[in-house]
Amino acid sequence: MDTDQLIRTLAADNAHRAPRVGAMLTMALLVAAPLSILIFATFLGVRHDLMSAMRNPFFDMKFAVTLSLAIPAIIVSLHLSRPEALLRGWGWLLLLPVGLLAVAIGGEMMMAPAMPMTMRLVGKNSRVCLSAIPAMSLPLLAGALFGLRHGAPSRPALAGALAGLVSAGLAATLYASHCTDDSPLFVATWYTLATALVTAIGALVGSKVLRY
Amino acid sequence: MRGREDEWTGLMRSAMAGDDAAYHRLLRAVTPVLRAAARRGLARAGQPPDQAEDIVQEILLAVHLKRHTWDSEAPFAPWLFAIARNKLIDALRRRGRRIFVNIDDFAETLPGEAPQETASAGEVAAQLDTLPQRQRDVLQSIAVESASIKDTAAKFSMSEGAVRVALHRGLSALTAKLRDH
Repeated sequence: MDTDQLIRTLAADNAHRAPRVGAMLTMALLVAAPLSILIFATFLGVRHDLMSAMRNPFFDMKFAVTLSLAIPAIIVSLHLSRPEALLRGWGWLLLLPVGLLAVAIGGEMMMAPAMPMTMRLVGKNSRVCLSAIPAMSLPLLAGALFGLRHGAPSRPALAGALAGLVSAGLAATLYASHCTDDSPLFVATWYTLATALVTAIGALVGSKVLRY
Repeated sequence: MRGREDEWTGLMRSAMAGDDAAYHRLLRAVTPVLRAAARRGLARAGQPPDQAEDIVQEILLAVHLKRHTWDSEAPFAPWLFAIARNKLIDALRRRGRRIFVNIDDFAETLPGEAPQETASAGEVAAQLDTLPQRQRDVLQSIAVESASIKDTAAKFSMSEGAVRVALHRGLSALTAKLRDH
């Protein structure tokens, strides 16, 4: 087929309209979310002292941190789904959860500690945290990658890593309502490790499936 | 330069609004620029320029299938060149690897046997043959016989909608095959 013939064929297909990447990503995440919620409901569930926990600002802080990861990661991943887009000027959005955690750790340092620092850091749920967040992330990660496949990222591994951050942020939001460790030190350690794992998986898979 | 790129942006806006003729003109207008870039890239990588047309066709397919990622408020040229650069890098990388594999293949063949020449042009045409019958018929009718969608529908006793679906699926499948093979 010569190039003029190909061009004629493409022009004949001009009427085809694809949905925007944002719509695809939203849809894919909405399809994947019930699976993650099912894992949550089956193995974890909401913590029993939820009512009293909600009076603890460090409990609320966990959601601020996880959502300040998930939402900016969605925004940046959609930005990067355009071929000419650069991370420059957008990357700082991903530092929001880091900043929030730093403030929270500082706040906790200034209060009279209920437990020694090492106990707050190690917590009681580190192992559950390290397995539950990645497990609940996987369906969401698959959804995010599926949605972003609709885009045209110039750096597939980076876009895949962003998909990892999206899914880890959302899974961690679920997990935060189960976990009784509310210390920002615990969050900064174990949530971060779990997120890093999911992000690495996302980058690895993304480098394969997000090429267009 | 500036005027040319503004013209492209205008054509692409019309194309996205449903003007097939504007889209056709745009693709024809950008093709020589893409071809020159592909030749330059191949030359810089020390590869024969006769593969440029394959790369041009791959870029055009990617432009077509990813045009929904273009923001109609933004200029068209940076978007186009980003896609072209990505596809060119991909193609050079793949050809580099394939040449390496060919050397290995060659080492295992009997001495005296001529090495397989890498396909020069016509990768799209070659992959076309691997498509399902209906998609291939529709693509061939529109591309090679320059039939309209309406005529193609009549020829294969399909509805126009079915022709459009087969056409789009065929182009998507073609792109996936070119990428993964």
